[in-house]
Amino acid sequence: MFAYVVRRLFNVVITLLVVTMVTFGVFFLVPKLTGSDPALLYVGKTADAAALDGIRTKLGLDDPIYVQYGKFLQGLVVGRDYDAGPDTTHCAAPCFGYSFKTDQEVWPYLIDRLPVTLSLALGAAILWVIGGVGAGVISALRKGRAADRIVMTTALAGVSLPIYFTGLVSAAIFCYWLGWLPPPGYVDFAVNPLEWATNLLLPWITLAFLFAATYARLTRANMLETLSEDYIRTARAKGLRERDVVGKHGLRSGLTPLITVFGLDLGSLLGGAILTETTFNLRGLGEATLTSIRQNDLPIILGVTLFAAFFIVIANLVVDLLYAAVDPRVRLS
Amino acid sequence: MTTSVPVTELGPADLSPPKSFLEVRDLRVQFATDDGIVKSVDGVSFGLERGKTLGIVGESGSGKSVTSLAILGLHRTRSNAKVSGEIWLDGEELIKADNERVRRLRGRKMSMIFQDPLSAMHPYFTIGQQIVEAYRIHHGGSKKAAKQKAIDMLARVGIPQPSRRVDDYPHQFSGGMRQRAMIAMSLINNPELLIADEPTTALDVTVQAQILDLIRDLQEEFGSAVIMITHDLGVVAELADDILVMYGGKAIERGPAEAVFRTPEHPYTWGLLGSMPRLDREVRDRLNPIKGTPPSLINLPSGCSFHPRCPYAGRNGDRSFTERPELTGTTHAVACHMPPELRREIFIQEVSPNL
Repeated sequence: MFAYVVRRLFNVVITLLVVTMVTFGVFFLVPKLTGSDPALLYVGKTADAAALDGIRTKLGLDDPIYVQYGKFLQGLVVGRDYDAGPDTTHCAAPCFGYSFKTDQEVWPYLIDRLPVTLSLALGAAILWVIGGVGAGVISALRKGRAADRIVMTTALAGVSLPIYFTGLVSAAIFCYWLGWLPPPGYVDFAVNPLEWATNLLLPWITLAFLFAATYARLTRANMLETLSEDYIRTARAKGLRERDVVGKHGLRSGLTPLITVFGLDLGSLLGGAILTETTFNLRGLGEATLTSIRQNDLPIILGVTLFAAFFIVIANLVVDLLYAAVDPRVRLS
Repeated sequence: MTTSVPVTELGPADLSPPKSFLEVRDLRVQFATDDGIVKSVDGVSFGLERGKTLGIVGESGSGKSVTSLAILGLHRTRSNAKVSGEIWLDGEELIKADNERVRRLRGRKMSMIFQDPLSAMHPYFTIGQQIVEAYRIHHGGSKKAAKQKAIDMLARVGIPQPSRRVDDYPHQFSGGMRQRAMIAMSLINNPELLIADEPTTALDVTVQAQILDLIRDLQEEFGSAVIMITHDLGVVAELADDILVMYGGKAIERGPAEAVFRTPEHPYTWGLLGSMPRLDREVRDRLNPIKGTPPSLINLPSGCSFHPRCPYAGRNGDRSFTERPELTGTTHAVACHMPPELRREIFIQEVSPNL
């Protein structure tokens, strides 16, 4: 078990290393090949030749790509110095470099946004797991009856409607028309927990609705399959109460397959929920992704990509460990 | 020897008190499906005493398993089954009893051994947890005491090192050991009625005999009534006091095991016996399987439902095609239009020499 975890963590490092290589290659090599100049992006279109040269030296843009990559990695692990004669800047580890647009350090910029994305993803996850799984179980137990049809129709709406539609419509209704909720925005939890929650409520519900729909359908299918298993019949034959048959024997195996889906969903959401964040004007990692892509801000794009990759890889590891804990037939080796 | 109740005199309107420990009267189980009503069990009656074994024999779809599930009341939850008739267990009628009452009997007074112990045991719980649960549903008490009972019972059914294996999961057991564990789980509450639904079908031949011996030993020890459901006549020959042969949801022959084996009277039973491989025969002798396939339970053939497969169907004019034969006779009852003398003659002259 311990050896397995160590080996998997080693794999995580390798995976992330490959991700940095590929992203670094794509973002720094492609402008070279297409003739656009990263230095120009950094300085701006009106820059004179001397400024451009200065920047090239400072960022090391004239070095061969592997040297640049090596320096980038060095920055990530131990920090690096941007040395341009008199104005030497030290960038502490983990150093993702500086934004081309704002000259801000990338790492603090992303760390600053992490709480927004974390709050959004975790809050929504709690809602959609409770709502989706609950609705799915009810649907399975009431198969073919009114409750089942209502849940499944709602779920169909949930998977079909895009976030920017449900988000904007619900914001229009609840924030502006009825005035029940404050206009979407982010208030730090440490500043005011109540406002933190009320401000995020609508984004949570909107995002959770989308996922809950999928989870309700998955749960229903898994539960129906499980409830027709022989061991469920055995549980009834033992004289177990029906609520224990469903609650203890049914849920345990009916919900296990959801672990995989949930891990991957949460992992990718932690890398940024682009649509939800943009729709509700939340300045999280997703919004940073969109802005940086729009502005061709390569260091930030590199940063958010690595963040997203990190969360997904870690989520995968957690899923595998959880699975082994839940299903005794799974052996970690 | 015989424990059978004359069935022809028993019907749904019969108000006489049950004479046997288990008495099933005119049991009918129907399922509504998109294609029509499936009559899985269609008017089956039998009786069984404590300490005795009834073998229910038939092909897949003959209604033997559905009969047993109906006795346990397993059609009550999440099922569209319609069950009618009477099931008397120790003087208590079960079909009209409420769900909670039947649930309390289930697993305690009557319990079941299922066919495939790998799929019949929950993969995520240890053997011990599952047996402990079966005990504590009905007796409560501490988990520790229940676990000790589980270990004792595992030892009793012949599982080596039970105090260690009790914490294993079903997939860590071999097929035979799993079935032993399943039996231990069924017997943990000393049930008075034990239903074994093809308990050896999923097992290696070498293990089958051990499991049958075990069931017989435990029956002697606990004095339970046992219903042995199987398509394997060898199994019932080994264990049963009485045999009930089912076809298309109906009982077509019923009587003491000895009589049904030595002098079977229904052509379907002859077919079953003829399909059994025998080691004491010459290899060149072919088996005599029953022609055709089991009937559809939605659309049973008219008259005697066995007539499309019966080589003697033409011997009664149209009766086999138009009229359903009743199960007649007292100890050895048969549902066939041929007169008893003719049946016996055919068996001795034509069937017996080829068995």
